[in-house]
Amino acid sequence: MSQETIAQILKEYIYQSLTEKKRTDGRELYEYRQIQIEPGVIEVAEGSARVHLGNTDVLAGIKIATGEPFSDTPDVGVLTTNAELIPMASPYFESGPPNPKSIELSRVVDRGLREGEVIDLKKLCIEPGEKVWIMFLDLHILDYDGNLFDAGALASVAALASTKVPASQYELGDDFQLPIKNWPVMTTFAKIKDVTVLDPSLEEEKVADARLSIYTDQDGHVRAMQKGLNGGFTLDEVKDMVKKSEEKGKELRKILMDAVGGA
Amino acid sequence: MGMKSDIKLIDKKGLRLDGRKPDELRPIKIEAGVLKRADGSAYLEWGKNKVLAAVYGPREAHPRHLQDSSKAIVQCRYNMAPFSVSDRKRPGPDRRSVEISKIISEALENVVMTELFPRSSIDVFIEVLEANAGTRCAGLTAASVALADAGVPMRDLVVACAAGKIEDTVVLDLGKEEDNFGQADVPLAIVPRTGELVLLQMDGDLKQEELFKAMEMAMNASMQIYEIQKDALRRRYAVVAEEEKDEIDSAQEEAKT
Repeated sequence: MSQETIAQILKEYIYQSLTEKKRTDGRELYEYRQIQIEPGVIEVAEGSARVHLGNTDVLAGIKIATGEPFSDTPDVGVLTTNAELIPMASPYFESGPPNPKSIELSRVVDRGLREGEVIDLKKLCIEPGEKVWIMFLDLHILDYDGNLFDAGALASVAALASTKVPASQYELGDDFQLPIKNWPVMTTFAKIKDVTVLDPSLEEEKVADARLSIYTDQDGHVRAMQKGLNGGFTLDEVKDMVKKSEEKGKELRKILMDAVGGA
Repeated sequence: MGMKSDIKLIDKKGLRLDGRKPDELRPIKIEAGVLKRADGSAYLEWGKNKVLAAVYGPREAHPRHLQDSSKAIVQCRYNMAPFSVSDRKRPGPDRRSVEISKIISEALENVVMTELFPRSSIDVFIEVLEANAGTRCAGLTAASVALADAGVPMRDLVVACAAGKIEDTVVLDLGKEEDNFGQADVPLAIVPRTGELVLLQMDGDLKQEELFKAMEMAMNASMQIYEIQKDALRRRYAVVAEEEKDEIDSAQEEAKT
């Protein structure tokens, strides 16, 4: 049987059970898989966190150095986000330079961190126009079972919240904890035919027509969004997902803040 | 987003830097069939944005592992010319253009009847010649006219437009300064026939009501742009029809003599 035929049969099967409000793994339509957040797992990194979202397993690590600020933002620190879909995580991932999928993942995660103002980057200025703290956030995907967006965002914020800036190493005073300003979280929905589900599994992602990721902050404001795949959403569907995103975001934020001991 | 400045983006009369009202589009011009070699093409000016789009295909997909035995793939390459922005942009794809290429390909795939062309590729090239905020919307809007000009079977055109927030006001179609110093930007694209959103992004800080208002504003404006797209195609093919009529007439004249 060809790949397409198998995909079609799988889609029919998944959709059939969705119309009965059941997912193939027994979850409700808008239910997350088990979430586990473990901050500070890599000692040599300035910050780190490992997140399990069901069987999806993501490790975020942060390295910090000093460097020159960008010329148009001379008094703010720099945060760069990168994601690697390493071949260990899935038979579909290949080694080599970043592909569009990993670039989209890192840019969408990054957009929410930036627009959601997780960190006040102004506090990472050492000398305006000369020297600022530069943070490299690297997402390492270890096991891919769907929804890398939400797992990646959780791991990123958890890693940032566990980060110590190594000031003494550069003779710039005492090391200090990276101050967290906001707690944005991302929630991702997938649409299969006319049904939407939250936190799609790999199987659901494979047959999904459209995807929407929404970053909300603790005030329920929307900070970033990204639609993916070639299917479409109606305006009403988007409105509904934005509202659900705020609700579910609260649950996620609590799990996140409990795990990292956030204020 | 988010850079602070002292520039007043909205004056006391409620008008914007370029004199536009909050729900007013920049002027848009589209011309179809502007390139000779490409199977289809379009040139678009949107305010100070200048964008060219060209389509090749359907043709055999390369490399072969990309081929899909059940349908065609739509491969878009969004690219900014090095001279299109104030500081020279290093040539070649950066992470931003890779992401934009991906979401534009996905949006176009929604309307192209890909099932008619198994194993083939429909290649869409978008070149931003001059950039002034909103190039992804300009590029996607031009690309769908170029696809139609190439005669690629489609269910509809895709239309893109953005709305955002500046000085706590929701406004349509952000200009350069508004994009740099504003509070949020929501680029989207719709398929007018179904009203479905096929591209949707957002960055900044919006209350939910503001987000929905911005989306409705951009979706309404998209219908205006849809008319400009169709008009460009009509103008292009009315000319062709006219030329053909002349040819037939002169042939008939010759036959008489």
